[in-house]
Amino acid sequence: MAEGPAHTADEMMTVTAARHLQDGQVCFVGIGLPSEAANLARLTHAPNVVLIYESGTIGTTPDVLPLSIGDGELAETADLVVSVPEVFAYWLQAGRVDVGFLSAAQIDRFGNLNTTVIGGYEEPDVRLPGAGGAPEIASSAREVIVMLRHRRRAFVPEVDFVTSVGFGRRGEGRAGHRGAGPTVVITDLGVLEPDPATYELRLAAVHPGVDVDQVRAETGWDLRISEDLSVTDPPSPDELEVLRALKARTEAAHAG
Amino acid sequence: MAEFTTLRDAVSDLVPDGVSVAMEGFTHLIPFAAGHEVIRQGKQDLTLIRMTPDLIYDQLIGMGCAKKLVFSWGGNPGVGSLHRFRDAVENGVPRPLEIEEHSHAGMATRYAAGASGLPFGILRGYKGSDLVQYTTVAAIACPFTGEEVAAVPALNPDVTIIHAQQADRAGNVGLWGITGVQREAALAAKTVIVTVEEVVDELDRSGPNHVMLPHWTVTAIAPVPGGSHPSYSLGYSKRDNRFYTEWDRISRDPDTFRKWVEAFILDQEDFSGYLRMVQDASAREEVLGG
Repeated sequence: MAEGPAHTADEMMTVTAARHLQDGQVCFVGIGLPSEAANLARLTHAPNVVLIYESGTIGTTPDVLPLSIGDGELAETADLVVSVPEVFAYWLQAGRVDVGFLSAAQIDRFGNLNTTVIGGYEEPDVRLPGAGGAPEIASSAREVIVMLRHRRRAFVPEVDFVTSVGFGRRGEGRAGHRGAGPTVVITDLGVLEPDPATYELRLAAVHPGVDVDQVRAETGWDLRISEDLSVTDPPSPDELEVLRALKARTEAAHAG
Repeated sequence: MAEFTTLRDAVSDLVPDGVSVAMEGFTHLIPFAAGHEVIRQGKQDLTLIRMTPDLIYDQLIGMGCAKKLVFSWGGNPGVGSLHRFRDAVENGVPRPLEIEEHSHAGMATRYAAGASGLPFGILRGYKGSDLVQYTTVAAIACPFTGEEVAAVPALNPDVTIIHAQQADRAGNVGLWGITGVQREAALAAKTVIVTVEEVVDELDRSGPNHVMLPHWTVTAIAPVPGGSHPSYSLGYSKRDNRFYTEWDRISRDPDTFRKWVEAFILDQEDFSGYLRMVQDASAREEVLGG
């Protein structure tokens, strides 16, 4: 074995998220980490995954990762391009999306997501971008995969603002929603899953080389650990090669 | 009936101070030239409506043209914050900005209701979100099944401005690629201004779906080649992703931002001057200090 880490924590996170997408699923993709993971899945084990971006591009197969949800690459490689009202109404709201991929600035123990403000709404300490497509993805997709870096300031006991609901502020569950909500939260340290009885997120897996205390230290609530805690398989040479090539192509394209 | 004019005349005649304006285009075809012209003419107290404020409204907000913003996602896509927008909301700089925010699905439904002549639209949305406490949304029951859905008020901007690839000489507008919410935003508005890459003798008539807006739904058309930069016009230009990344540095500090707007917008006669400036590395360095 070579010295030093064979992969970065971010690569481990992206690869883990990609593995959660199954071939043939219909996936509503946000920009950034989710887009990277969804396209990695498409280029490895899930060639028939259907990617939908909120700009209305359906079945898109970009060669490089888009910087925005509406880069020309997405339209030019799509099976069809529909209007924004249509993509939300006919495709997401009607229940045609299997998996929604979301990220957030804050997540709480019940999987609620905040992308609106840090601090109070009227006089925020930090004004974040806001809702975008997330509230309806969180509600209507059959399940939601959440991806974000594991930091104490992001993993808070209670979010300052519920932009997109997980299992509710007090862990009430999913009554009134069509989708199952966040079934998995994938970070650069491990994988969290909701407890089926209490809906509280608990640690289901750690990535190789990460210990449980490290994850606890980066989590703002008293994190419960699954009895069947597992260790994620490290990225395969193929997964790493495809991911790195995708990122290199993307960087070259965006510098141009 | 569409009238051909210049962008300067269209903005001066059709965008008075204090009106509500929607400049739409979902990442693609953002009408930047029109935004610059509004800044150049020093318009005030506008209510700006747009799903994604993007750089175009960051510029208008930073120059103090807006009193209110109606929106659903206010970031620099793939890059980070819109610093002028944040400064206005967090610190009231250069002036306080009232906000009314929705989700994308909510905004899209509001425009569609506006275009349909309905007082409100419905969707399955907002459930469990704190947005409910801070925005214009109400839960209503389906009169047939009793199912609870969300109602949002129609959006009817005084003026909608969009950028399209082509218009023919009669004023029919050809727009393709990512079509966003432009048809809804245009049909919801009292006045519609369209800037186009070019005016052609005939639009592509190989199929019946090439006209986005027929001439009788449009108030004024002004040719502005390259008028969507740093956004793009499919078939004419590529998104300038480098500029979007660089905007973070231009806009972070209010003084640098002001210097940039003076050099790139206020000191230019029209958008063609700006397009020459962005190609000029030395002009950029002068503002950013190398």
